[in-house]
Amino acid sequence: MQTILELKNLKKHYDTQKAVDDISFSINEGSIFGLLGPNGAGKTTLLRMITGIFYPDSGNIILDGSPFNPVEDVAKIGYMPEERGLYKKMKIGEQALYLAQLKGLSKHDAMQKVKHWFSRLEMESWWNKKVEDLSKGMSQKLQFVTTVLHEPRLIILDEPFSGLDPVNANLIKDEIYNLSKRGCTIIFSTHRMEQVEEICDHIVLVNLGKKILDGTVYDVKQQFKEHKFHIALEEAIQLAGHPAFEVLEAKDKEWTLKINEGYKGNDILRHFIDQQASIVSYQEILPSLNDIFIQLVEGTHATARAFQSTNA
Amino acid sequence: MNKTWIIAQREFLSRVQKKTFLLSTIGLPLLIFGFYALIGYFAASSDSEGVTIGVADKNQLLGEELQKDNDSKDIKFIFQPNASEKELIVQVEEKKIDGYIFIPETMDINNHQGLRVNMGKGVGLLTSSKVQNSVESILEQKKLLSLNISKAQLDSAKKSASIEITSLDGKDNKNITSGIAYGIGFVSGFLIYIILFIYGSMVMRGVMEEKTNRIAEVIVSSVKPFQLMMGKIIGIGAVGLVQFLIWVLLVTMVQATLPAMFPEIGGSMQAMEAGDVPPPDMNSMQQVFSQLSNFNFPLIIGCFIFYFLGGYLLYSALFAAVGSAVNEDPQDAQSLMLPITLPIVFGIVIMMRAVNEPNSSLAVFGSLFPLTSPIVMMSRIPYGLDVVPLWQLIVSMLLLILTFILFTWFAGKIYRTAILMYGKKITWKELLKWGLKKA
Repeated sequence: MQTILELKNLKKHYDTQKAVDDISFSINEGSIFGLLGPNGAGKTTLLRMITGIFYPDSGNIILDGSPFNPVEDVAKIGYMPEERGLYKKMKIGEQALYLAQLKGLSKHDAMQKVKHWFSRLEMESWWNKKVEDLSKGMSQKLQFVTTVLHEPRLIILDEPFSGLDPVNANLIKDEIYNLSKRGCTIIFSTHRMEQVEEICDHIVLVNLGKKILDGTVYDVKQQFKEHKFHIALEEAIQLAGHPAFEVLEAKDKEWTLKINEGYKGNDILRHFIDQQASIVSYQEILPSLNDIFIQLVEGTHATARAFQSTNA
Repeated sequence: MNKTWIIAQREFLSRVQKKTFLLSTIGLPLLIFGFYALIGYFAASSDSEGVTIGVADKNQLLGEELQKDNDSKDIKFIFQPNASEKELIVQVEEKKIDGYIFIPETMDINNHQGLRVNMGKGVGLLTSSKVQNSVESILEQKKLLSLNISKAQLDSAKKSASIEITSLDGKDNKNITSGIAYGIGFVSGFLIYIILFIYGSMVMRGVMEEKTNRIAEVIVSSVKPFQLMMGKIIGIGAVGLVQFLIWVLLVTMVQATLPAMFPEIGGSMQAMEAGDVPPPDMNSMQQVFSQLSNFNFPLIIGCFIFYFLGGYLLYSALFAAVGSAVNEDPQDAQSLMLPITLPIVFGIVIMMRAVNEPNSSLAVFGSLFPLTSPIVMMSRIPYGLDVVPLWQLIVSMLLLILTFILFTWFAGKIYRTAILMYGKKITWKELLKWGLKKA
């Protein structure tokens, strides 16, 4: 797969802190990429450098095989910042037209695109309303439309679902999948791990300005798995100790087990089968991204550091 | 540049299409003129029903000349030679007459003691002063006659005493010219001062709105911050220019139609202006008009537009920088604005002096120093190129352009950093640091 965006040793320092400290990663074309990190990790600074709002102190951004040019490449990027902003007093239709024209569309093209998207998301009746008349969710939808209107190849969404009800969230989610299918690359910045697990192919976790995790969702989960299995039987049995596993938790017909070094999942299964137990379900317990996130981030604060070292 | 244009267009249209724009652009001058018209109307109409004044003049001191002097039918004199002052007061209270003139028997031309001119509550100021004027002038004439001086002699004596001041080239009346120059200079300097404040703070509010609305980040991901800033400045500048032109148009239109609509107002306003001064000397009015043609109006108007634009661009860039540094709290704007408003106020102070002494060293300094030159130079320009040497004008304009470029560049850098900075209170020290930092 082709790389659309590549960051090389990107650095950005503010007066008092290193907001982004030597971060490199690359994003494949057509993927949905999750940029994760706690508050203040440097995500927004990173995104602002990718959108050309900030210049990096050092390092390179390579977009589509050539060095990123903030002026020329504006049309290739759509950015929806976390803090939503629209002109409150401006009519919605005019506003969408205006923002599309700033992205470099001609007035005629802009009009066509706006009409297309408005009818697609059932927003035609809003045309002459003002943003101040819209609910938070509605203005969110409008903001999304203005972000993707000019058909950018790289779409950057910072917390796109905050404030949306489940119906509208699904609507936007479907649009994101659609855009991805048509070859758009989507960078998705959020704290909501369940959404990341559901949507993203590839994630990078940043903390304190540094990249601490990079990989596909599957790989990351494999990397952080604790070799736990869950088994449920039809009827309770007396479970004897076995060198292959330890029992972590036992309910009357269900067990959570941890495999010991040198054994495999099949060894447990075989043990239960040998005992003539009829198995209802057997599955590996993978850590959620949420757990991984907390595990990685929690220890980094000065107060928590000591706690981590005794447990590690 | 194309995107700057799109932004400027939006800034312009979004303001011009607002109802408040129409209201302030058309409503305000109409309101002012309506107010003046109303004053004029009341001044004229309060006496329009005619005033009756009783005259008790046993010795025929004023005589028929009183009625002759006021040939208008507004004031009617009823001669009651034998009435006492008490009787006249009673008549006023019964509203038979509106006022009275009482001349005691003991009075003669050399001794005015006991003369009383008394007006009731319903009599306008204008009428009172008319009556007073005519009584005084009749008495004056009678006294002169008693000294064997005729009116004609007096007139000729007055005429030879008035000295006309002429300038060296002898062709124009310097006194009137410098009076007009003073008026034009003062008004245009003051206008520039107002414009800098009104439109400068309009730019500042626009920038603040974009920052607090958080739309700045969306826009800045499409255009360069400098384009956003310049688009706003140009758009609002165009609003100012259009508004100003509409005002000029309206003022000339209203001024042309007002006397036609209310002829009596025109007359009474003239009389009001004349006041106690002898009736307007048509000769001097004509002189003023003939002097006007000696002014270099293309120069004055051209300079006005230049200094209007130059001053506006210079200061609005600074106002934009301040606006970008303000967070939610408008109070912050106050303290940040101070260094910008000081030179403007300084300019108006120098202007007050410069308009009187257009060649003083303070005036020359003020009209060259780019932060005050838009205001001060405009107060000197009407005196013509004899007073303001061409080199001063050119240097002043060049300095203004250079400073405008420098300040816009400086403000652009502040703007770029500050527009996305939230939550922190920003000081001028930091702004200066950002402005002077290398790109």
